[in-house]
Formats: sequence, structure tokens, C-alpha cells
Amino acid sequence: MKKLSMLTPPKFMKTRRFKEKIYKWMFAVSSFSALIFLLGIIIILFKEGLPLFNEVSLYDFITGKNWYPTYDPPEFGILPLITATLLVTLGAMFVCIPLGVGSALYLHELAGEKKRAVIKPLIEILASIPSVVYGFFGMVIAAPFFQTFFKLPTGLCALTASIILGIMAIPTVCSLAEDALSYVPKSYKEASYALGANRWQTMIKVVMPAAGSGISTAIILGMSRIAGETMTVLMVAGGAAIITSSFLVPVRPMTATIAAEMGEAAVGSSHYQALFAIGLVLFLITLIFNLIAEIISRKYRLKLGLSV
Amino acid sequence: MKKNKQNLGFLLIYLCIILTLLALGLIIYFITIRGIKIISWEFLTQAPRAAMTKGGVFPVILGTFYLTFGSILFSLPLGIACAIYLCEYSPKSFIINIIRISINNLAGVPSVVFGLFGLAVFVKFFKFGVSILSGSLTLSMLALPSIISAAQEALIAIPQSQREASLALGASHWETIKRIVIPTALPGILTGIILSVGRVAGETAPILFTAATFYKRGNPKSIFSEVMALPYHIYALMTEGTHPKEQTAIAYGCALILLFLVLAISAIAIYIRQKQRSRYEH
Repeated sequence: MKKLSMLTPPKFMKTRRFKEKIYKWMFAVSSFSALIFLLGIIIILFKEGLPLFNEVSLYDFITGKNWYPTYDPPEFGILPLITATLLVTLGAMFVCIPLGVGSALYLHELAGEKKRAVIKPLIEILASIPSVVYGFFGMVIAAPFFQTFFKLPTGLCALTASIILGIMAIPTVCSLAEDALSYVPKSYKEASYALGANRWQTMIKVVMPAAGSGISTAIILGMSRIAGETMTVLMVAGGAAIITSSFLVPVRPMTATIAAEMGEAAVGSSHYQALFAIGLVLFLITLIFNLIAEIISRKYRLKLGLSV
Repeated sequence: MKKNKQNLGFLLIYLCIILTLLALGLIIYFITIRGIKIISWEFLTQAPRAAMTKGGVFPVILGTFYLTFGSILFSLPLGIACAIYLCEYSPKSFIINIIRISINNLAGVPSVVFGLFGLAVFVKFFKFGVSILSGSLTLSMLALPSIISAAQEALIAIPQSQREASLALGASHWETIKRIVIPTALPGILTGIILSVGRVAGETAPILFTAATFYKRGNPKSIFSEVMALPYHIYALMTEGTHPKEQTAIAYGCALILLFLVLAISAIAIYIRQKQRSRYEH
């Protein structure tokens, strides 16, 4: 073996430094993957969806009341689909906000160490139930039940979809809200008790407001998940593209429209483009939800002095 | 008065948790009770027969396995590398912020939009067709954010002193990562992967137009063939075909298998995570 000089850096040091650089760059490049995918999704949605607007104006697309993509001439008005998504999301919020936040309050304030140690992981596990299983349950159990209960012509309607979606979002909202509650410094609570407030007053007037933006983040992320949910609404919402404010009639949210019709739409046809355009609208809606959640949670963490 | 209000409030909260557990419990209960009647050795090991009304669902389970395995194969190296860059090399915070925001937003993209992307890019542009490859790639994009955040959590949990000790012994940055950081973080990273596996296995919307088919004779032969998968199979059994009654029965069986798989996978992951967290706390 060659003797190494003490003064000039040995050759293996050079290759070692080179190797270090290579690895660093490798990691740097792969860290951009999420950004690239996100940009890729945006580009594809625009590229495939925008040609539609040579035929239909953006205004007619958003405010058109008729969705008849296979008629001759076809009509591409997605207002009924947007209202259906809003209706179902709104309905689901009535289920998942009280139950999700209530459960989080229970876990954080009322459950003892032992019960918490069981129920918290249990709810996390339940968060992984696939949406198609919820959809299936909605179709075979919930829909027939609501049909006989409310004497409806069909149980596959906005109400059933809302309830099932709401239940589905509970674990998400609960886990995130519980995290938000646990970030509230203990000293807040102690100060409130010292002033003579009881547990309920402390919870409602001190802990909840302190965790308020964290809880709103949880709710917004829950909403975003509900609005983007596909299989459940595809199976349970009924699929009629009509504008309605009633929960007892079938509706056709945006996600269900894409999933149900993409199979039949010929590639490059205006129907195909319209479905991508719906995807774009959907993407933008959830993007806005997520960005709002991001901003709120950042401000909140700064306020409580947590690392961003 | 003050006391009454508190009792009423607490009662409402108890009601919330009871309703939550009841609702989720009911779903599992009904699917288990009705699904268990269908499950048999034959159901698990044989192919469908007689227009989906008889036989088993073995190729369907196999298809789900292929898709899940394929998607983890793609997303795992990428996700871990990304997390390592974010946690171990700390460059300018502006870039890190942009990457972090895009990870969060990618996690919030509706699954059907991933399906659209997969259709336009993998199926049409790269001409992979409706295939295991297209489906796996689409699912891997969906799994990426959760793998990154799981790996990040595991990396952050490692005490800084361990890295410093390694560097003080003359190890380079990469050597420290390879010999100290990754082995220590491995259990945590694995937990995250298992959780993503559970999520990917149950996803339907991304494979609707990229991989899944209702009926295919025999087991999939190559990565370019269409595939039957559990979640899509449940949907298809309920909405296609001509024997709704028999198909519903089979769908119960599929739903139970899927539910069991996914719940078992995430229960294992969460159990391991719980153990690890308590290890760090003491």
C-alpha cells in the first residue's frame, strides 16, 4: 500500500468529498418530487381541460344549469354539480364538526389516561377505513334504511351521502382537533382554574378559543377531504345532475361525475375535456381550502410559540 | 346553575364520543356479520366463476397486492430521500417552505384528480395503457406525502447528539446519515410505510381509469396487463353485472377482506408507533 503523505490531502478524501456532493444533490433532486408532481397535475388539468373553452365559454361552463354531455349538441353546465358538491359537503359538516370536535374534547378533557390510550389509537385506526367500504355500507345498509324511514322514492340521495361522508370525516377532524387542543399550554388552564372557573367554563372560554385556529384548520381539512371524496358519493349520492336545495333528492357531485363518466368519454372529445375542466375546478377548490388551512395553522403555531 | 351547565355540557360531549364510536362500530359490525358468511377457503383461493356469481376472489386480492407493492416500490425511495433532504441537509428556508407547502397540498389533492393525471400521463402519454404499471405510478404519487411526513417524523425524533457524536468521530455527512440516522429512524419510517400501505390498498378513484377492470380471466401476467383489485371490485359488483343479489353477497365478502386487511395493517402500524413514542418519552 502506498504511504500517505501528511501534508497533501490523500486521494480518497477527494473522492469522498465528491461522493458527498453527489448524495446531497441526489436528495435535493428527489425532494423536489412533490413540487414537480403538484405542478404536473396543474399543467395536465389545464392542458386537457382548457380546449373545452373554445366551444363553451367559461361563464356558461360555471353557471350553466344543464349537464348533458352526451346530447347532440351537448350541454356543459356544471352548476348542478357544483351545488351538489356544496350541498353534500355542507350536510356532512353538520355531522362531522360536532361529533369530531366533541370527540376531540372528550379525548382531551374528559377521558382519563387509560381510556385515552385506547380510544385515540382506535380512532386513528378507523381513519383508514377505505372510502369504498363507506360507499358500500351506504348502499346496502344506510340507503334502504333512510328510504323506509323518510318514505323516499330512493335512499340514494344527498342526505345519505352527507351522513356517510360526515361519519367518514370524523376521525380526521377528531385527530387534528385533538392535536390542536394538546398544543394549548397547560398554564392557560391553570390560570383559569385559579380564577375560580370550573372545568366546563375553562374548556369553553379558555381552551377552545386558544385552540380555535387549530380546530378551524382541522375543520377546513375535513371539508377539503369531503369535497374531494369520490367513491362514497359515486355510490351513495344517486347521480342526478339537478340543482336542488333539498337533501332528500339524488344529486351528482363533481367527483362522482368525473368517476362515472370518464370511462365512456372518448379521449380528446369535448366530454373528455369537460371532465378534466371539472377536475381543475375541483382541484382549485381543494387547493384554496388547503392553503387557507396552511395559513391559519402557521399563524396559530406562531401565536403559541411553536416551531412552524 | 354553574354546575348544571357543566353537567349538561359534559353530557353532550359524552354523547358525541358515543355516537362517533357507535357509527364507526356499526359499519364494521354490519360488514363483518354479513361478510363472514361468504368467506371460505374456496372464496379466498379460487377465481370468479359463472359471471361473477360463484367462485372466489383470489385474482382480485392478488391484484390489490401487486398495485400496493408497486406503488410503495416507487414512492418509498423518493419519499425517504425527500425527507432526508428536508431534515438532514438544511438549505435556504425559502425552498424548504415551498417544498413543504407542495407536500401538504399534494396530500390534499382529491384522489380522483390523481386518477385524471394518471390517465392523461401514464395511460395515454407514456402509452402504458390501463395497467398495473400505470395504476402503481398513480397510487405512488398519492402515497408520497404520507411517506414523506412519516419519515420526517422519524428523523426529527432522533436526538441531535447522535449525529454530532458521529460527526465528531470523523464520519462525513452522508456516512452519518447512512450509518446512524437511517438505522435509528428505520422503525419509525417502517411504521409510516405500513400506514401508507393501508391507505393505498383501499384507494379506488385513482385506479378507476388507470388500472382496474371488472373481469379478467386468470391472474395478471405482466405489469402491462389490466388487473382486478378489491376496492374497485366492490364498486363494480354493486353497479355492474346482471345478478345483483349474488353480486352483493360477494361484495360483502370483498368488503370484509378489504376492511380486515386495512384495519389490521394500520392497527399494527399504530401499535408499533405507540410503543416507539413511549420509548422516546421515558
